[in-house]
Amino acid sequence: MTAPDITPTRPIRLGEIAHARSGDKGNHANIAVLAYTDEGYAILRRFLTAERVAQYFASLQPSKVERYEVPNVRGLNFVLYDVLDGGASRSLRSDSQGKALAVALLQMTLTLPSDVNPERCRRSAPTNPERFPPSVPNPVRRENTKANIESQEPV
Amino acid sequence: MRRIRIGNGCGFWGDNLDAPVRLVRDGQLDYLTLEYLAELTMSILAIQKQKNPTLGYATDFLDVLRSLMPLLRQQTQLKIVTNAGGMNPLGCARAARDLLRHHQLDDWRIAVVQGDDLMPRLNELLEEGHLLHHLDTGEPLTAVRERVVSANVYLGAKPIVEALKQGARLVITGRVADVSLTVGPAAYEFGWGFGAADFDRLAAATVAGHLIECGAQVTGGLWIHADEQTRLEEVGYPIAEIAEDGTFVITKPAGSGGIVNEETVSEQLLYEVADPRAYYTPDVVVDFTSVQLEDQGSNVVTIRGASGVTATDTYKVSIAYRDGYMAAGTLVIVGPQAVSKAQLSGRILLERLRQAGWTYQRSYVEVLGAGDAVPGVWPQGYEPPEVVLRVAVHDPRREAVERFTREFAPLVTSGFAGTTGYTTGRPPVREVLSFWPALIAKSAVTPQVELLP
Repeated sequence: MTAPDITPTRPIRLGEIAHARSGDKGNHANIAVLAYTDEGYAILRRFLTAERVAQYFASLQPSKVERYEVPNVRGLNFVLYDVLDGGASRSLRSDSQGKALAVALLQMTLTLPSDVNPERCRRSAPTNPERFPPSVPNPVRRENTKANIESQEPV
Repeated sequence: MRRIRIGNGCGFWGDNLDAPVRLVRDGQLDYLTLEYLAELTMSILAIQKQKNPTLGYATDFLDVLRSLMPLLRQQTQLKIVTNAGGMNPLGCARAARDLLRHHQLDDWRIAVVQGDDLMPRLNELLEEGHLLHHLDTGEPLTAVRERVVSANVYLGAKPIVEALKQGARLVITGRVADVSLTVGPAAYEFGWGFGAADFDRLAAATVAGHLIECGAQVTGGLWIHADEQTRLEEVGYPIAEIAEDGTFVITKPAGSGGIVNEETVSEQLLYEVADPRAYYTPDVVVDFTSVQLEDQGSNVVTIRGASGVTATDTYKVSIAYRDGYMAAGTLVIVGPQAVSKAQLSGRILLERLRQAGWTYQRSYVEVLGAGDAVPGVWPQGYEPPEVVLRVAVHDPRREAVERFTREFAPLVTSGFAGTTGYTTGRPPVREVLSFWPALIAKSAVTPQVELLP
């Protein structure tokens, strides 16, 4: 294996530099990914390719993924074809309308090369990390907070 | 410059029943729009109408209208435009008229927009060569003709303008493009035409209509950063304040919950959009990449610069056909290795049915809590303390699906330790009405506007 010609820096989660929304059109889904800054939009255009998104959602077996650029809102619009198990009327899946795809895509890890500074890509209005009221105390749940789950090694 | 305020109090049939009252009370509206028809709502309404010819419209609208009565007396400027008519706009209008009269609002002129329903002449259209090919697969409609329950054109804004010209205060339509509920009032109020000179203004009103058509989705609903402070429990429904030149703002009633900012508007701008440079409507094709958003703060976002080009010579047609039956049931599996146990329980359920002679055209096992809502995407390898097992089947035979619904309860005693959650009885069986999108030449369709006597 040859060494990569760019040095990866730390990976970032797509959700750190962009927000998103998804929905359905028949058996197809669209996911709009919107960068917080111009620098972030440049990163999206460079790294968030249609191929990358198709690979990320490979388990949904898209027949095709198209990407449209929407520069006026620093957005990329992805159309994922045939991913909804027949669509709202006949899908056997819980997410028959693709509503969950946006938040799922924002969990994608982007590994940025060293010439990219992700600090310029973040939202200017910082979000409070503890935005939601604490969940009802529950010893079992406490084992499974989102932070714990993400830091856990696979069992 | 003159401006009109159009508020949308309903984004789909089943939306919050109290939202229209709050929006009218606090929104200083000129127009209230109410959008009830999702892609398959028409087919459900068609079946209701088959059973009872006086039904077939969104009955929620009457509850909303009833709740608005005291406000309608005070707000003599307000007009209402809604697609609540569904498969029976005339029936809906008659019921609305009776209700208005009952509340001494006899002077309300009601107009009905029809002509969208192709079912009465479907065979004739097919014979004339309107083959209504499936937009994705290219198959002609004859493949499922015998099973078709509804076929409706998405009409545009022109008949709504005509209804308003005739003095209607309440316009009830069947299937129209959702955005037309907004484009119609704007075009009427400002005297816009539908020619090339007006494309950009029609495009602007189309963007406005697109932004408000899903109700609270532009005022904080689904917003990635919504939290407790967003006060979604009293979320305000959206208002488009449109100026004569097509510039508009998106906002919400003062004091309401939710939020309107550049993020909520840009997320909704691309909601359920394919190619943003070509958003097709019956009246104009809009370039969504042309609009400029400016966040003014205080829940006001200005949108300008919309551009549009001439519409195509076809209408979109939404067709639904009977496609068998489906049901989905759930159980809760608790304890160590809940995910594995749930997966195996799902297989056991289907295997028992197979041994009893029942196999299904399609079946699916999901374990919710293990990442299956977006299968194969979330990181695997943690052990949730409990999961929801969900099994769904689809089959042409109703009796096969009925039999499936009886296979959940036995697992509570004959499944694994920690199997529970059988709390709501057998899951319901529902008829599947599959969606068949198509196009039809505009020349084959005649929109009709009728004032109710």
